[in-house]
Amino acid sequence: MTETTDWQPLWLSLRLAVLTVLVLMPLTLVAGRWLALTQVRTKPVIEAALALPLVLPPTVIGFYLLNAFGLGSWFGQAWYRLFGHTLVFSFEGLLVASVIVNVPFAMQPAQRAFEGIAADLRDAAATCGMSRWRTFWRIELALAWPGILTGIVLTFAHTLGEFGVVLMVGGNIPGETRTIAIAIYDRVQAFDEGSAGQMAAALLALSVFSMALAYLFSQRVGRRNA
Amino acid sequence: MPDDGSARRGLQVRLSQREPIPLDTEFAVGAGEVMALIGPSGSGKSTTLRSIAGLYRPADGRIACNGSVWLDHDAGVFVPARQRRVGLVFQSYALFPHLTAIENVMEAMLDVPAAERREQAHALLRRVHLDSVIERRPAALSGGEQQRVAVARALGRRPEVLLLDEPFSAVDRVTRRALRRELADLRRDLPMPVVLVTHDLDDAARLADRLCVLHKGRVLQTGPVGEVMNQPATPEVASLLDLADEAD
Repeated sequence: MTETTDWQPLWLSLRLAVLTVLVLMPLTLVAGRWLALTQVRTKPVIEAALALPLVLPPTVIGFYLLNAFGLGSWFGQAWYRLFGHTLVFSFEGLLVASVIVNVPFAMQPAQRAFEGIAADLRDAAATCGMSRWRTFWRIELALAWPGILTGIVLTFAHTLGEFGVVLMVGGNIPGETRTIAIAIYDRVQAFDEGSAGQMAAALLALSVFSMALAYLFSQRVGRRNA
Repeated sequence: MPDDGSARRGLQVRLSQREPIPLDTEFAVGAGEVMALIGPSGSGKSTTLRSIAGLYRPADGRIACNGSVWLDHDAGVFVPARQRRVGLVFQSYALFPHLTAIENVMEAMLDVPAAERREQAHALLRRVHLDSVIERRPAALSGGEQQRVAVARALGRRPEVLLLDEPFSAVDRVTRRALRRELADLRRDLPMPVVLVTHDLDDAARLADRLCVLHKGRVLQTGPVGEVMNQPATPEVASLLDLADEAD
């Protein structure tokens, strides 16, 4: 028997995805640009550390985050003292985990985009008398925008589909930590294939739509800046 | 910062360092004078130019322009590029690809009141014989048109010194001749010192008043174009001038 589909997990996932993007955007702009321009010797180590979520199993990241968020760690204790609850099994915890897991998805396209700006253009901006801020805003950001947008869309889509880390850190609390990916798994376990199918189709459509939009926009901006 | 009592019009350059790029150069360029830095690849021409622009900080040296000191290693003075009034035409032109021709020029005129900026930028583009394509982006311009926009942008900075880095290297032979003629006409009205970097003796002979022959970062000979070409100081200079002549 097919039950009525509960769309609350979809809204929760969308809220999580939007907030993850909003938190990561400024970090990505600053750190992505810094990584693109810096010549520090430790750059490969920093890049490797930031790329770890791409290669580590979500359960491993989830395990470490679970430990870090718990009362057994200084971070978990400090958070508890400040806010009166732990990050484990809470939406805030889910958001922190999501931000950490999505760092490479947001950072790498932005870094590559900043790296792609010819050094001559920054030099030209300096000899034109443009301030650092104007150079960033008027030249660098304008040219790196397609890469930054790609990072935003990847982060958004990846957050919607994230499963392992979410389950480890957030569990499956309706309205608090039950995202659409968890809800689909939950419905399949309950043999409610109708609801699972509807939610899976919605997630698929949303992901295809956002990715297509990003590619279309990148293509147009890329052509304009060629 | 203001120069000490020896304030002079024009540009005075002294650069010195052993590595990573060896430099041992000293020359002066008067107001309205064009000095061509000529030498083979790796002779330090572009590094010298970038040092004048403030895009490179050599280990030692002194650069002063119209009485202002831009670099003085001993006094710990280094004025960054964005604070020097320098117009630089890059070898690649380095036009901002997402901005139109006129917007590129306007970006160098930020100290001009916003209401007058567009009109003044347009006037500069007319001066370099670009009028009908000012709303086009660089990708839609020919090599010669891009070079003209780069010159207009450099002049838009109202520079105290104009620097031209191999300005004809990215255009074909026919365009090169036309651009060289235009630049020769334009330079007559330019009141500032002009430094032209080239490996082409013909460009130098047609545009410059004086030649400065560089090799491995060292000045081998400086003097009026005719004098250097007709009376090379050493066999090394003669050999380098021969090579530069063949490059044309």
